[in-house]
Amino acid sequence: MNIVVLVKQVPDSGAERSLRADDNTVDRGAASNVINEMDEYAIEEALKITEAHGGEVTVLTMGPAGASDSIRKALSMGPAKAVHIVDDALRGSCAVSTSKVIAAALGGLNADIILCGSESTDGRVQVLPHMLAERLGVAALTGARKLTVDGSTLTIERQTDEGYEVVTASTPAVVSVWDTINEPRYPSFKGIMAAKKKPVDTKSLADLGVDASEVGFAGATSTVLDHAQRPPRSAGQKVVDEGDGGVKLVEYLATEKFV
Amino acid sequence: MRDPLELLDVAGLLTGEERQIQETVARFLADRVRPHLAEWFEAGTFPRELAPELGRLGLLGMHLDGYGCAGTSAVAYGLACLELEAADSGLRSFVSVQGSLAMYSIHRYGSEEQKQRWLPRMAAGEAIGCFGLTEPDFGSDPANMRTRAIRDGDDWLLRGGKMWITNGSIADVATVWAATEDGIRGFLVPAGTPGFTTRTIKNKLSLRASITAELSFDDVRLPADAQLPGAKGLRAPLSCLNEARFGICFGAVGAARDSLAVALDYARERVQFGKPIAAFQLTQQKFADMGVSLGTAALLALHLGRLKDGGRLQPHQVSAGKLNNVRAALEIARECRTILGGSGITLEYSPLRHANNLESVLTYEGTSEIHTLVIGEALTGHAAYR
Ligand SMILES: Cc1cc2nc3c(=O)[nH]c(=O)nc-3n(C[C@H](O)[C@H](O)[C@H](O)COP(=O)(O)OP(=O)(O)OC[C@H]3O[C@@H](n4cnc5c(N)ncnc54)[C@H](O)[C@@H]3O)c2cc1C
Ligand SMILES: Cc1cc2nc3c(=O)[nH]c(=O)nc-3n(C[C@H](O)[C@H](O)[C@H](O)COP(=O)(O)OP(=O)(O)OC[C@H]3O[C@@H](n4cnc5c(N)ncnc54)[C@H](O)[C@@H]3O)c2cc1C
Repeated sequence: MNIVVLVKQVPDSGAERSLRADDNTVDRGAASNVINEMDEYAIEEALKITEAHGGEVTVLTMGPAGASDSIRKALSMGPAKAVHIVDDALRGSCAVSTSKVIAAALGGLNADIILCGSESTDGRVQVLPHMLAERLGVAALTGARKLTVDGSTLTIERQTDEGYEVVTASTPAVVSVWDTINEPRYPSFKGIMAAKKKPVDTKSLADLGVDASEVGFAGATSTVLDHAQRPPRSAGQKVVDEGDGGVKLVEYLATEKFV
Repeated sequence: MRDPLELLDVAGLLTGEERQIQETVARFLADRVRPHLAEWFEAGTFPRELAPELGRLGLLGMHLDGYGCAGTSAVAYGLACLELEAADSGLRSFVSVQGSLAMYSIHRYGSEEQKQRWLPRMAAGEAIGCFGLTEPDFGSDPANMRTRAIRDGDDWLLRGGKMWITNGSIADVATVWAATEDGIRGFLVPAGTPGFTTRTIKNKLSLRASITAELSFDDVRLPADAQLPGAKGLRAPLSCLNEARFGICFGAVGAARDSLAVALDYARERVQFGKPIAAFQLTQQKFADMGVSLGTAALLALHLGRLKDGGRLQPHQVSAGKLNNVRAALEIARECRTILGGSGITLEYSPLRHANNLESVLTYEGTSEIHTLVIGEALTGHAAYR
């Protein structure tokens, strides 16, 4: 079972994050950058599958040169190797062009399963796994809280607001996971030291045969035009309980359409 | 500043790999250990179940090579000790004793058979070790120990007792130092060997989240291959202590950093006389002094780590590190407690727990007085122990 895990470097969602004033992209310079949290669950799932069924896990990252730090961290958990797509022309890429580039990189990797997090904590669009499956012409098993592998049959429990759906497909397929699926391992010290020596294959757009005009700002189908800080919290309303506190609270919630 | 070590940018001196090891330990402790520490301290227990988890990360015997050990640098080992002791000195003590005393003694002085038998299981946290040197009547002066190993045919008979032994009553194997006709020798005594009993020491006011025990040897019969073949004389156990002490130089920085971080958080929030107490000059003087003292202790530890990785670290330098860093950490933990006012006296905040723990750390692995004498001898050429 060959598994490729998509790993994105994002600004730490636990710290202050901002967009750049000049081009409205994520300010990576000011942030402490980490592996997208949900992707750690995808790595764990991939490792569990190959530990049980054999095979190899490859990490695939599209991101600036600094993302190599996150690639090493991902490798320290156990994957065998990584592919890093780096190209200055990729800055400002939208989800549509990102899926194009990743699909092109997957072309040479012969994956039975492409695992990824259901969303990234910076973009939060949740569309990439679907776009990717469409481009590759394979099934999209998205939003998994459980994944079982039986030969070439993949079955997931897709988490929904109400409960879950059981969805089945055969390999190759794209599987995206939520953080309910497993408990990611801590990298071991041996893993951390071994990660230094694992191969990381760097690819440019030219290597992948993708034209620079189709990606980045040049090819973006959606662009952030402007951004502003969230306004500071206003003082709030005080409800004095004169025996009718409950009623007043419900009335307030109703006017705000919460109930 | 959230991390008071940022004051002197100590992290800027670390490699990416060193930082990742440190971050991994910190993250593991935040998830699995910190939420329970006050409880363990209050109950006076160390949860043995934690050992396999520590083993899985690679924390046990992490700076040793082979036999399932991770084989990290000395600096990485130090940084792990720093994070462990930022949680609790008891936890760091467990890891120090397991890795630097028990496993190191076998790794350095044991036969190939002894290594194969014990080290992989100890690295995995499946077997726990302890190290018995101190006796009720001989602490700083172990050369005159009373515990004897007497030849009986090919066997040995072990007679005597050890005191204040970390992990003693939860250990699967004890490295025990005893006087023989040929001088001091080391022996591996498995738990359950007839005549070997342990008693856990109760009512401790310090290092409560760690097991401390008394070991008794009532004519314990040991086969010839229980002896550590490479260990000859007092130099052997002292070399093990030097390893563990190195970890303490970093560990103390951790306890101090945690105390300072807690006090800083508190002082920013706590308002008296209409201002956060952090805004009073008296409080800032405390913080400034502590920040400088913490930073210099961290730089000293790191310097010793780089010397050790370069194979140039001298025992008197480790003495200087232990003396300065434990003393500084104890002062910082106590001063941080004052900033917490009344809130500082319960287990809700860590500084007084750290201060209480550091009383033990000041004493074990060579008391501050003994390290003073080691440094004094290095500087003057005169030994002043007796
Ligand atoms: C929690 C804890 C865990 C421990 N774990 C272990 C362990 O795992 N294994 C182990 O073998 N031991 C262990 N020890 C023992 C520890 O190493 C000893 O307590 C230490 O060596 C001091 O010995 P002592 O307590 O007998 O004090 P003593 O040696 O009696 O010293 C008492 C005081 O006299 C001072 N003193 C002694 N000689 C001189 C001198 N020449 N000049 C000036 N002052 C002097 C000392 O500095 C000290 O202040 C542990 C101790 C504690 C508290
Ligand atoms: C065991 C115990 C028993 C107690 N028993 C009683 C009791 O029976 N009755 C009772 O009424 N109280 C009692 N107290 C409360 C005790 O008097 C208070 O803890 C003490 O007055 C300090 O107040 P605080 O804890 O709120 O600390 P804070 O006043 O919040 O002080 C926190 C820190 O800020 C410092 N600080 C405050 N203001 C300034 C300033 N202007 N400049 C510089 N530094 C400043 C303080 O010195 C301290 O270091 C008890 C406390 C304890 C621990």
